[in-house]
Amino acid sequence: MAQAEAHAEGQQHPLGIYIKIWALLFVLSTLSYLVDYFHFEGYLRWFLILLFMVMKAGLIIAVFMHMLWERLALVYAIAIPTIALMLFVFLMTHEADYTLFTRGVFFAGGS
Amino acid sequence: MAQVNTGEAVARGEGMQGIVSDWSSDQRAFKNVPWGKAMMWIFLLSDTFIFSCFLLSYMTVRMSTTIPWPNSSEIFALSFGGEPIPLILIAIMTFILITSSGTMVLAVNYGYRKDRVKTMIYLLITAAFGASFVGMQAFEWTKLIVEEGVRPWANPYGAPQFGSVFFMITGFHGFHVSVGVIFLIIVARKVMRGDYDIGTRGFFTSRKGSYEIVETMGLYWHFVDLVWVFIFAFFYLW
Repeated sequence: MAQAEAHAEGQQHPLGIYIKIWALLFVLSTLSYLVDYFHFEGYLRWFLILLFMVMKAGLIIAVFMHMLWERLALVYAIAIPTIALMLFVFLMTHEADYTLFTRGVFFAGGS
Repeated sequence: MAQVNTGEAVARGEGMQGIVSDWSSDQRAFKNVPWGKAMMWIFLLSDTFIFSCFLLSYMTVRMSTTIPWPNSSEIFALSFGGEPIPLILIAIMTFILITSSGTMVLAVNYGYRKDRVKTMIYLLITAAFGASFVGMQAFEWTKLIVEEGVRPWANPYGAPQFGSVFFMITGFHGFHVSVGVIFLIIVARKVMRGDYDIGTRGFFTSRKGSYEIVETMGLYWHFVDLVWVFIFAFFYLW
């Protein structure tokens, strides 16, 4: 039983896909570094940083951590709580805005 | 479901039906996954929350400060005899961590092929990359603390929160890398001794002939790389 299960449970995939993803991660890292190197500013900078970040994170989780091949019961158990963090981000942006507003009012001119 | 195990894989539902049947099966919810791997995922989820709290507090602090935030591109610039190159050390650290993720994947792959020597070699290479990452971080910390006088409560560039956020986030990540290096070496030693072939009992071992621990170790290592992706984007590049 244990032996049969061990076979069914292993995550064995051709090396080619790992090498390709590995190369892609290098390219994406270089691109995200170049965002800083070429001094992109404002919304373009933030958009590019987030884009490359999400792509890199997605590739690592999906391929290197094998989430692409796991059963949905595990994928959802990990992904849904993580996605719920976006609500936390939303709450804290408002908290930060309010703090900055009160500082602007009470510190009267900064520092 | 099948009462008698005939050694064949049990057919399991897919999609939403599969999720419902897995979770309501009155057995383990995570089919096809060794318990150690499921537990590693649960641990990584909790670790995700910890790092999220750090990054969120960083976001909150940076958004609400009335003093300008220091320019990380200039602070982490390094010159090799000529013009300072922005963020170059951080870029090198990023590439080292990604390279180590690649060698870790190879170790997992050779583990499942029961190639003992190659698994061990790639585990040790991964550990070496991890150690060099920590070394560079130590260099970076030393430079910032000794030469530039950055402290958790003050720094010469701008908002004082910069120091506390920097030491907290990169310190916690560096700690994760250091622990990872130690466990990589432990697992490499067990692979070398053949613990996973003969099924030796003890700490961090598994069923006979199963290299699943190497994959579980890999999950942790990739997670460390994953966290760095976010730190690199939000702390260094933003």
